[in-house]
Amino acid sequence: MTLLRATGLGARHGLLQAVRGVSFDVAEGEVLALIGANGAGKTTLLRTLAGAHPLSEGTVEYDGGSLAGVAAHERVRRGIALVPEGRRLFPELTVEENLLVAGHRARPGPWNLAAVLDAFPTLRPLRGRLASRLSGGQQQATAIARALMTNPRLLLIDEVSLGLSPKAVEDVYANLAVLRDSDATVVLVEQDLGRALATADRVICLLEGRIVLDTPTAGLTRDEVVTAYFGFTSAGHE
Amino acid sequence: MNYVNAVLQGVLLGGLYALFACGLSLIFGVMRIINLAHGDLAVLGAFLVWSLTTHLGAGPFVALIAALPVMLIVGYLLHRTVLARSLRGGPLTPLLTTFGLAIVIQNALLQAYSPDVRSLGGAAGGIATGSWRLSDQLSVSYLGALILATAVLVLGGLHLLLRRTAFGREMRATAQDADTAALVGVPSQSVYAKATAIAVATATLAGVFLAVRSTFDASSGPTQLIFAFEAVVIGGLGSLWGTLWGGMVLGVAQTIGATIDPQYSILAGHLVFLIVLASPRGRSLFTYRREATA
Repeated sequence: MTLLRATGLGARHGLLQAVRGVSFDVAEGEVLALIGANGAGKTTLLRTLAGAHPLSEGTVEYDGGSLAGVAAHERVRRGIALVPEGRRLFPELTVEENLLVAGHRARPGPWNLAAVLDAFPTLRPLRGRLASRLSGGQQQATAIARALMTNPRLLLIDEVSLGLSPKAVEDVYANLAVLRDSDATVVLVEQDLGRALATADRVICLLEGRIVLDTPTAGLTRDEVVTAYFGFTSAGHE
Repeated sequence: MNYVNAVLQGVLLGGLYALFACGLSLIFGVMRIINLAHGDLAVLGAFLVWSLTTHLGAGPFVALIAALPVMLIVGYLLHRTVLARSLRGGPLTPLLTTFGLAIVIQNALLQAYSPDVRSLGGAAGGIATGSWRLSDQLSVSYLGALILATAVLVLGGLHLLLRRTAFGREMRATAQDADTAALVGVPSQSVYAKATAIAVATATLAGVFLAVRSTFDASSGPTQLIFAFEAVVIGGLGSLWGTLWGGMVLGVAQTIGATIDPQYSILAGHLVFLIVLASPRGRSLFTYRREATA
């Protein structure tokens, strides 16, 4: 069943057209990886889906209804949650307060403070610590846990491993495995191609705001990905 | 002994300044708006209570109970209709908007109530004039003690609201990062509107105490705004408890100045404010911690 359908999406940053005519579907329970070079439009696309960046063209349908004119906080109530680039925790709130803020207006569902702390046991001893005093990996775990507190049907995660130590990346992907096991629908942006392809069911590659590859990860060759990612083959520019 | 009495009276006066300042501090802490109409909103509340007292014959504190819900709604609507739009125009627009709002309120009050000076002291009865005599030269007025106690209760209540409730957490989260708060489901405009409603209600409380303690007219707002602003700056921008200490420092400076010479009263307060602004710590005698945001 299709949970989200984007049709002809466009988004701008001033004069710059960051996303151009992007169309794709996300099926319920699917893990979709968005890859692409810096400036390809991945973050803008994710923020557009979350309602944090305005659409310049196109439509987004979610659970059979249009998201036109639906504010970001209202999309959260409908089940769309974004883990933003750079984590964007509330620095002067404790870990527990960061989680509770998200849980206050949450949809009904399995995730609450106890469930989240069970799924992310590393956060339990950090409950009273200010978010500004967490390591990068702890911040990313808190950001994912905070998004889960809203009981999302569609979880959007931007730059999963950016700026994290290898150990922190391991921890964060262990957390993502928990989500995968719970049949969550996830769209993740990842610079680490190996991780992205190993985690996702399907991959979409963006180049200069356009989709240049949209395919299941099973059977995908590294050459196909590299060609789409850089826009040229080993034989030269396309 | 004169100076001991001056300090005591200054501390009590500081309670009134803290009441004026806490709403200003709350709005700045949550929305980063310096509300230049804050003093005029306080005077508007005082006129509302004066009208209820005059026309219904109720005491000012009874009328205040009726006026507070009205001013909560006024504050909520003020944000929804005026401030929310001006916030979208960048940081300077709300400053200009509240400046314009102050002029509108002053002139509307002038039109409705004339320039006559009024007071609620007479209607308040013995509480406005009575006092506990501690010695020949020391006394504590009932009203001063009531104002200080109210200021501590209001600030304590706001502190608990911010620290212990889900709404308080939402307010602090929105103050720190409104865009991200929206991404976890917090409707920032609703939070802002409720914060404005609380700020206007506390301003009304302060306006009524001012009206009972002394006199007021349609143009009293800007003077109270200056004192509130000075208390906020001395206590630390956005710090709720800091406004209490800031108000007390301002009050003590004014009463000590008045003890030296009555014409130095206001000047002494302004001098302390300027000294704090110019001090190496800068802009706060006490703390930079922001309860509204931290």
